Formats: sequence, structure tokens, C-alpha cells
Amino acid sequence: MELFLAITVGGLFAAGFYCLMLHSIVRIALGLVLLGSATNLLIFTINGLQRGFAPLVPEGQEALSPPFADPVPQAFILTAIVINFGLLALLLVLVHRAAQETGTDDTRALRTELKDSKQ
Amino acid sequence: MTPSALLSLPMILCLGAAATGLLTPSRAWPRRWLALMTMVSLSVVGAMLLVTVRREGIQSMQVGGWAAPFGITLVADLLSALLVLVTGVMGLTVVSYSAATLPSSKEAGAYYPLVLVLVGGVCGAFLTGDLFNLFVWIEVMLGASFVLLALEARQEQLEASIKYMSLSLMGSVVLLCAVGLLYGAAGTLNLADLAVTVPGLGTPNLMTAVSMFFLVAFALKAGAFPLFFWLPASYHTPPAAVTTLFSALLTKVGVYALARVFTLVFTQDAQLTSTLLLVMGGLTMVTGVLGAVAQYDMRRLLSFHIISQIGYLIAALGLLTRSALTALIAFLIHYIFAKSALFLVSGATARVTRTYDLHQMGNLYRTQPLLAALFFIPALSLAGVPPFSGFFAKLAVIQAALRAENWIIAGTAVVVGLLTLFSMMKIWREAFWKAPPEDQPQEPTRPLSLGDGVLGPCMAMTLFMVVLGLGAEPLLELADAAAGQLLNPEEYVRAVLGGRP
Repeated sequence: MELFLAITVGGLFAAGFYCLMLHSIVRIALGLVLLGSATNLLIFTINGLQRGFAPLVPEGQEALSPPFADPVPQAFILTAIVINFGLLALLLVLVHRAAQETGTDDTRALRTELKDSKQ
Repeated sequence: MTPSALLSLPMILCLGAAATGLLTPSRAWPRRWLALMTMVSLSVVGAMLLVTVRREGIQSMQVGGWAAPFGITLVADLLSALLVLVTGVMGLTVVSYSAATLPSSKEAGAYYPLVLVLVGGVCGAFLTGDLFNLFVWIEVMLGASFVLLALEARQEQLEASIKYMSLSLMGSVVLLCAVGLLYGAAGTLNLADLAVTVPGLGTPNLMTAVSMFFLVAFALKAGAFPLFFWLPASYHTPPAAVTTLFSALLTKVGVYALARVFTLVFTQDAQLTSTLLLVMGGLTMVTGVLGAVAQYDMRRLLSFHIISQIGYLIAALGLLTRSALTALIAFLIHYIFAKSALFLVSGATARVTRTYDLHQMGNLYRTQPLLAALFFIPALSLAGVPPFSGFFAKLAVIQAALRAENWIIAGTAVVVGLLTLFSMMKIWREAFWKAPPEDQPQEPTRPLSLGDGVLGPCMAMTLFMVVLGLGAEPLLELADAAAGQLLNPEEYVRAVLGGRP
């Protein structure tokens, strides 16, 4: 299972970085979504997959005994998902605004520097 | 007031005021005064925190009473406390400058709450005691900065924010990976706990790999070579007040985080990290200053200088000796003030000439004598001319490099200082000295006076620079004490973990 998830994480990262290099802003946003998911999956996988071992202290014991599923990485992932979601919503607003301004989602159409230097 | 309450106050003040500000009626004055009052209180809290830490050693607070390393920890050592104080002062400067320069329609909007969120995020990043919270505070700060950058939604701002946002989010992804990997390897993210655990893990190579993730993520936030592209692409588009705020605080969080993790946690392969940081620092200095030489837009030119000055900080961190860290801290403080002064002045000149293009300016020396003086002092200070603060800060960096017998860094620092002087003189010549361009109809402008409120913040910054230059000794002493704390993590660990070994 770890191997499968590791390959998935690698694939998601590759796809995400590929999208970042495209000229379409929507695809750049999608690339960032993929990178975010890849990271979450990475944190999930790297901290060990445990199935059926809830992190509950058994009756009559003082501490957890391994193996148990660590809840902390899942809390990290939850926080990261929320942050990522908020920022992506903001990015989409920007993309929408840019599309209104230029009529296309091509990053080259947004460029203002070239116009400046021709003056 | 107990010290632990002081530790949480900066964030409570800023975020609380931001929330309250959004609830007030949508007019300029309540939001403006709320922001001003908050920044004044933040500066006072910062000063109290600094005095407490200086007197009683490193302070820590366990939020909600959960003992470290399980709960959320806030820690203030001298460096954090000093930076919180500077953040408060810069917040105050920027808010009063915004009140003088921004149209009241903008002031009535979400501008001040966003500034408060940004400042709160920066304070949180300086004061947090664990890496995941560092990530969260950096995201809080970045989120606010994205909106501030795009607030006017002009086309060049949209272009800048999309570039800035996608690169920053990529940096955040790298940072989050680093945090996740480190947790997987060490089982904790509390900085003090990591300082104890990491050396005993027995997997130094894995730690070096993880530390490289942190290096990339924080170097991107700091704007270091070769990850600085987002900075000159975005910093010239928002109003001058926002650029000043960004240049004063955002990249410094990256530098602070680098200094924190590489003095406290990842000390296992000091040779490699130090070499990397030195190479990075040297190249950052050179590329930044060479980039600036080619620019004729005042703010773009100044943005490239942010990068070159970041290079000094990273090189000083790479040397990793006590005198180098002292130089780093003194330079950091000087540079926040110098750079802010220059950006504030660039805003004031643009107010007079209605442009940032150096070709179209001229003659300001005659029409705006006071403004010319307020540009001249920080420009010389940034280039490192005595008797201003930049001279001592730069001297400290160069001396530290010489003492570590790193001739290349020392030489680079001297040459880059000269090139900085050259490009400051370019602004001086183009904007202030030369005759006005002929095709430009020159409307007679009245000299800006203190009553406009624009010059007050510039003057305050310039005054700091003169004071820090003439009285550099106390600052250097404080920086030396802070560097001592960075190099001896025992006190930090004891303050957070208490009696635990």
C-alpha cells in the first residue's frame, strides 16, 4: 500500500509541476490544487499507514502502545486542506478578474512589462 | 502583567483589531484610528517583551496549559522580541503613511484589517515555538499579502499577484512537505524538542535531506538566489505604503526562519549548510545589485536592492560565528528601517511627479529640498556610508567574514556596497539632480511640508537611521546578546521544556 501511495504522490507532484509551467492561468491553479493534494498524501503516507489501530489508551494501561495510527499528521493535513482551500478560492477570484480584464486566461495576455518597455 | 500574557498579546491585539475593524461602519476614520491604536499598543508590547527577555531570559508560554512538546508553544528570545518591536514600529509607520496617502474610499474598505492580519501573522511567525505553527502563521501573513497586493485590481497588479501567489503557494507546498517529513522522522515539531531529539536520531543524512526542503522553502520566502523571481515581479505594483510593509516584514520572516532552524534544529551537518548558505548569500548579493543597475523604475530598482541586502543576511548566517550572527541581527534592524525609508520616499516623489519612471523625473532637489534630504540619508545608509546605521551594520558583516577568513564573502560585500552606492547615486542623479525632461510640461509644484503627513513617517525612519548610526553601540550589544542565545540553544530548550532534559 505504501508503495502504491508513494507512486501516486510522485505522479501528483509531476502533474502539478507540469501544470505550473503551462500558459493557462486556470491550469496553473489546477497545478496548485494537485500539488496541495500531493503534499497532503505525502504527509499521510510518510507517517506510517496503520489500519484498525485507533489511538486510544486501552483499559488498565497508562500510555499508548504501538502500533497505533498517529492522529497528529491527520490534524496537520486537515489544517493544510483548510488553508489551501482558502487560498485557492482567492486565486480563483484573481483568475476570474484577470479573465474579465483580458478576455482570455493566457498568462502572456496579462503581461504588462513588454508594453512598458516599448514606450 | 505576567510575561506569558505578553507573549500572546501581539497576535491577540492584531487579529482582534482586524476582526473589530471589519465590524465597524465602513468609513475611513474608525478603521484608521483602530489600526493606529493597535500598532501603538503592539510597539509598547514589543518593547515590554524586549525588556522582560533582556532582564529575565527567554520567555515561553504553553497555550491552554498543555505542556510542551504536546501543546502549542510561544517563545520569545531576544531576536524574536526585538523583531516584534520593530514590526510594531513599522506597522505604526505604514499605517500613518497610509492615512496620509490613500484615498479615503480605500481606507474605508478592508485595507486596515488586512494590514493588521498581516502584522499579526508576522508576529506569530516570530513568536511561535513549533514548526507547524510557523507554517500556519506564514500562511496567514501570505494570505493577507495576496489580497493587499491585488486590492486595486489594475492589470499590472493582477499580473503581479498571480505570479506572486503561484510562486508563494509553491513555496508553501515545499514547506509543508518539509514539516511532514520532519514529523515522520522525529515525531515532534516543537523546536526545542527537535533541538534535543534530532541529534540523537542516528539518521543525519535523512535530516540533511529534510533540512534542504526547509532551506528551499524559507529561501523562497526570503527572496534569496535563485528563488527570488517573485519579488521584483510584484513589489512595484501596489501603493507605496503596501510595498513598504512587504519589504519591511515579509522577506524578513524567511530570514528569521532560516536563522531559527539552522541554529536550533539542523546543526548536524553544519559544514554543508554553511557552504550552501554562503554561496547562496554571495550570489544573492551580486544578482540583486546587478539587477538593480539595469532598472529605471524607482521601485523596481529598490526591489532588486531588497534582494541584494537579503544576500548579506544569508551570507552572515552562513558564517555561523557569534560575530556573524551579531552582524546579521544588527543588519536586519538597520535594513528594515533603511529600505522602508526609501520606499516611503519613493511614494512621496511619485506623489509629486506622478510617476515612478526615473527618466521622467528631475529637478526635485530644487523643488523639494526636504524630500531630497530625506532620500539622501537612507540612500547613503543603505550603501554603507558613515556615520549612518548602514556603515556599522555592513562593517560588522565584513569584519565577521574577515574574522572567519572568508575572503570571497568579504570582498563581495565590499564590491556590492560600492555598486549599491552607484545605483543610489543613479536615483539621486535622475530624480533629484538633473534638469527636468524637456517634453514634460513642468507644473510648478509646491514643496511637500510636514502638514501633508507624508514626510512624517519618512522623517521617523531617517531619524532611526541617524540614531542607530551615531549610537550603534547599544544595538550591537543587544545583537551580540541575541546571537549568544541563538548559538547556545540550551537556554531556549530549558525555557520551553522546563526541567525535562
